[in-house]
Amino acid sequence: MSTPVNSMGFAKAPADTRVVVAMSGGVDSSVVAALLKSQGYDVVGLTMQLYDHGAMTAKSKTCCAGQDIYDARRVSDMIGIPHYVVDYETTFKADVMDRFADGYIHGETPVPCVLCNQTVKFRDLLKAAKDLGADALATGHYVQRIDNGGRAELRQAIDPDRDQSYFLFTTTRAQLDFVRFPLGGLTKPETRDLCISFGLHVAAKPDSQDICFVPNGDYAAVIRKLRPDAAQLGEIVHIDGRVLGKHEGVIHFTVGQRKGLGIGGEAEPLYVVRIEPDTGRVIAGPKEALLRQSFALHSVNWIGDGEGPSSEGTPVRVKLRNTHTPIAATIFADAPGSARVVLGEPEAAVTPGQACVFYDGARVLGGGWIARDKADQPIPHNLRRQAQPPTVAGGLN
Amino acid sequence: MAHDPLCYLDYNATAPVLPEVLSAVTADIACFGNPSSVHAAGRRARAVVEDAREAIAAMVNASVQHVVFTSGGTEANALAMRGLAGGCAAVLASAIEHPSVLAHVGENRIAVDHNGIIDLADLERQLSTGPSPALIAVMLANNETGIVQPVAQAAELARKYGARIHCDAVQAAGKIPIDMRALGVDSLSLSAHKFGGLKGAGALVIRAGVDLAADMLGGGQERRRRAGTENVPGIVGFGAAARAVTKLLANMPRIEGLRADMERFVSHSAPQARIFGKDVERLGNTMCVVLPGVSSETQVMRLDLAGVAVSAGSACSSGKIAPSHVLLAMGVDPAEAKSAIRVSLGWDTKPEDVMQFLKAWLPLASSAAA
Repeated sequence: MSTPVNSMGFAKAPADTRVVVAMSGGVDSSVVAALLKSQGYDVVGLTMQLYDHGAMTAKSKTCCAGQDIYDARRVSDMIGIPHYVVDYETTFKADVMDRFADGYIHGETPVPCVLCNQTVKFRDLLKAAKDLGADALATGHYVQRIDNGGRAELRQAIDPDRDQSYFLFTTTRAQLDFVRFPLGGLTKPETRDLCISFGLHVAAKPDSQDICFVPNGDYAAVIRKLRPDAAQLGEIVHIDGRVLGKHEGVIHFTVGQRKGLGIGGEAEPLYVVRIEPDTGRVIAGPKEALLRQSFALHSVNWIGDGEGPSSEGTPVRVKLRNTHTPIAATIFADAPGSARVVLGEPEAAVTPGQACVFYDGARVLGGGWIARDKADQPIPHNLRRQAQPPTVAGGLN
Repeated sequence: MAHDPLCYLDYNATAPVLPEVLSAVTADIACFGNPSSVHAAGRRARAVVEDAREAIAAMVNASVQHVVFTSGGTEANALAMRGLAGGCAAVLASAIEHPSVLAHVGENRIAVDHNGIIDLADLERQLSTGPSPALIAVMLANNETGIVQPVAQAAELARKYGARIHCDAVQAAGKIPIDMRALGVDSLSLSAHKFGGLKGAGALVIRAGVDLAADMLGGGQERRRRAGTENVPGIVGFGAAARAVTKLLANMPRIEGLRADMERFVSHSAPQARIFGKDVERLGNTMCVVLPGVSSETQVMRLDLAGVAVSAGSACSSGKIAPSHVLLAMGVDPAEAKSAIRVSLGWDTKPEDVMQFLKAWLPLASSAAA
């Protein structure tokens, strides 16, 4: 009789299966570690040192562990697993923080959590796990990895409020083979209950908020620190050409933003319609001017069936930001790595720098980064025809 | 987890408690009196403290009244660097000193050569041209590489130019003989746990006639050179470890033989690896080795998961491993320095321990070479 496959998908005993758990010191990853340890796995905890907490909160530069590292270490002590801290400060700055700042400087609204998953977590930490002889890397992400006849598929979490699939669209097939998401089938309350039943001291810890390296949500302050010359003054211009006022730098704006424009006396509410980093102009207009039905993607990743979206158009559903409900769209393959998205209905929240993630029902097919509008590009008529909401194949719902 | 027996090869970080220390401390642990008290309980505590003081003075060939107990090596270094600095116009330290010494020194460093040995010509140049008098600090043996420093010659230069000299002997204790008079230094720091004592006990030993200003103020303990009730159990253990030093030193040739075997294996099976200080005088228990292409942290984690305890330079509490300032001072490339580990053997190390280390470490070397 052959050895049964264990819960991590390996045909060996849990004790012979080494799983590295990416431990942030929060509730979710602590439960992952405790859960796998309780199932008898050879669990090793790794916590990433990503940035200088003291420096980010404007205290003096420190060389010491933040509270999260302390918590991860205490949880590891309690459940009885080895735990190490790995230092990714240099790569986190280059691959996440600098690109975050540069995104805003280029008139985009970046999603640093995707970059972090793509680089420090699923490239560097994954390599560290392999260096430690691990069979798999487990994280506390709320997303499901389903083994479909030997091929791993990425799916949304059971708990729609917690689903983090949007932030994982860059996951490659090779990475998906190695990573595990034990919380994808749980709700957050269930995870918290587990945390309490394991007796972990972090059970009452609040969820992490927003972007970890941006204390108090003041992202502009972080950008000014990273790129001191980023704040170039510029003009706010109405789409009809009128100069409406001045602003203190394009980094303060996001396409679709209404508040904070500092403009009164207009007949209708104005929104940021476009950001022109080269001229420093922020273009404002009425809500209708925000509507887009077609836009370009770059750095497209595909983990659906086949090699990628078709140049004839692949019907999918897309999320244009994490909190969106997926909407119907057709993806047209373009040059390698690029694609054009045509939405079933025009949308008012097509924000350059955000991710456009492709779904087939709950399954993640991949995604790409929303490119900046060159200018207002009306959708070609033929594309508009093809952009009917998909109805058949794939069981979209 | 399939666990091999723990193989402890990190004696330079801290050593196991010696059996004679354990029995001495256990015997006196209930000796609760305050050594400053007049009554019998106090006198008893005072007696065990003074017994220990005698043993420590004998260990380093100093006078009993010149042993000042502290909470450990860091405090002893702080006491020396602050307490001797009065009236000094400059403070300079070798570039390879422990952070607890460097923290008291500005930018002034005595250079070391590529072998990790201080450049006496550089020291003399600085003493002869810099402000006078100076306070200088030169350690006896480096904690990361084990490389032994020409302290007696540095002390001669210090005398020639009217400078004071402090010697951090924390890592040397129990591994090479220490003769404070022969070294000719003004002060010398020791830490009990590095050679089989308990953590929390150390001493600054000063030369007769040296004027040491107290740093910790309050009561009149330690001849007014260090206030605070003495750590009696720690000091008892310290004394027992000092009495065991003769035995520890007698064991060093065996340990050095084990290290030679280990280094032969390393050089043979991982020719790309680089061992520091091979051709100079070095503590017999220490191997500092670079394995190009494999980060220190990976090596330490892999070895730990295989039950082998070693160190990677000086890691701070966050786990951030900065390239060793010691190796950088020796001119080692920063990228190379980030692949260094320190393997330090001791009295309980057996040939099987060395084999267990090699079994876990050599595969890293071959995978990096592949």
